Amino acid sequence: MPSESVPAGTAPDPTSAIIRFDDVVKRFGPKTVLDNMRFSIAPGERVTLIGPSGSGKTTILRLLMTLEKVTDGVIWVNGEPLSHERKGDKLVPASEGYLRKQRRQIGMVFQQFNLFPNMTVVENVMEAPVSVLGKSKDEARAEGTELLTKVGMGDFCNAHPSTLSGGQQQRVAIARALAMQPDILLLDEVTSALDPELVVDVLNVLRNIAETTDITMLIVTHEMHFARDVSDRVMMFDKGVIVEDGSPDKIFNDPDHQRTRNFLRAVLEER
Amino acid sequence: MSSAVWRWDLAWELLPELILAFLQYTLGITLAAAAVAIVLGLVLALGRRSESRLVSWPTGAVIEFIRSTPVPIQLFFVYYAMPAMGINISALVTGISVLGVHYACYMSEVYRAGIEAVPPGQWEACTALSLSPQRTWRAVILPQVVRRILPSTGNQVIALFKETPFLIVIGVAEMVTVANRMGADNFRYVEPITIAGFIFLAASYPTSVLIRKLEARLAQ
Repeated sequence: MPSESVPAGTAPDPTSAIIRFDDVVKRFGPKTVLDNMRFSIAPGERVTLIGPSGSGKTTILRLLMTLEKVTDGVIWVNGEPLSHERKGDKLVPASEGYLRKQRRQIGMVFQQFNLFPNMTVVENVMEAPVSVLGKSKDEARAEGTELLTKVGMGDFCNAHPSTLSGGQQQRVAIARALAMQPDILLLDEVTSALDPELVVDVLNVLRNIAETTDITMLIVTHEMHFARDVSDRVMMFDKGVIVEDGSPDKIFNDPDHQRTRNFLRAVLEER
Repeated sequence: MSSAVWRWDLAWELLPELILAFLQYTLGITLAAAAVAIVLGLVLALGRRSESRLVSWPTGAVIEFIRSTPVPIQLFFVYYAMPAMGINISALVTGISVLGVHYACYMSEVYRAGIEAVPPGQWEACTALSLSPQRTWRAVILPQVVRRILPSTGNQVIALFKETPFLIVIGVAEMVTVANRMGADNFRYVEPITIAGFIFLAASYPTSVLIRKLEARLAQ
């Protein structure tokens, strides 16, 4: 698993990258959220995206999850285009059908959990494996129960999400995302909506996943200790561009840019 | 003939036939029209939400047109004007269809509000799990919508129920039509019309109380 840092703007061997952003631009109306974004991520890498709100880090996750469409540029996943599809030797914007197939490689956990309130905990986890992957209910239930046990929620299979604490709901949401066995897991401020005492459980679950799987993880978080522990690489964003891209050691102890220093000081003081 | 304001003997004599008309027609028409409204209302709501303007615009136009014209006119039109175009429908079917379609338009608004009340995060979670659009609607969105709109749907059905007397204009033998005929037969309208009013009250008031209870329970 490669863990050396990659300078912003220069891709590693593109054939080995699991994610590649090629001059990606994202605008919302007149506002440019991502400006000629260019980076690659190697399989199995754990990358933390930091930066002030509005810096574009969440937009990167949302583009990868195909919840947003690129304004310009191309996103590649596993060597195939994600934002576009091949038509002959040209790339055209991806159709809904193509997206539906491609996005299976990617899973996402949201700040607000977004569990389905009309299903039990285990039904939440079983839903996609049964209806998308075509697994039998028995198989999906067995696997779901196993995953829920792994995140410490094995005793809550038949509970309804509304009866759970935020931390418990988030652990179910993690199990639900993992049930699709994605190559890439996107974590969008997954502890931001939690009471402080519940954050630890969720972070421990994520640590455990990082240690026991080789899933590629993109993490947007304000938990700097967690970022330092888990990630191989930290990318600092500001105003839609990558300010700095390096190992956690480098970014947290000896950042090159004043902008990074200011941001880290502000975040750490706030804690 | 007695000149009493209220004649109990006549009231008792008329009551069974009115109750029968209520059970046979008013209630049946209400339930059948409500079924039409609930199913067609969802179709209209989805049509109006369609990304294709070729679907959403005409759907919206039809909804606005039907909502903006009175039920009696629609009844007259379908029952008396359409036969001239070669379309003959029985009075009963006309009544059920017109009321059903009319309330389907109201129901489409109820559905729309219910659909919009589902948080965007639910749709995003469905996308993140690669659920198909059909599965997203059936397994995730609609169950949440149904729960949310249950009380308003109940209120719509009560409103529809209270509009069944309009069917008198096409001669369907629902309760008020029967009451009206009894009035003409006996030269006394007080008893049949009053009884019909109380039967409506007896049916709709407990139902609306039930709906309010349901509303309170769902709000918890």
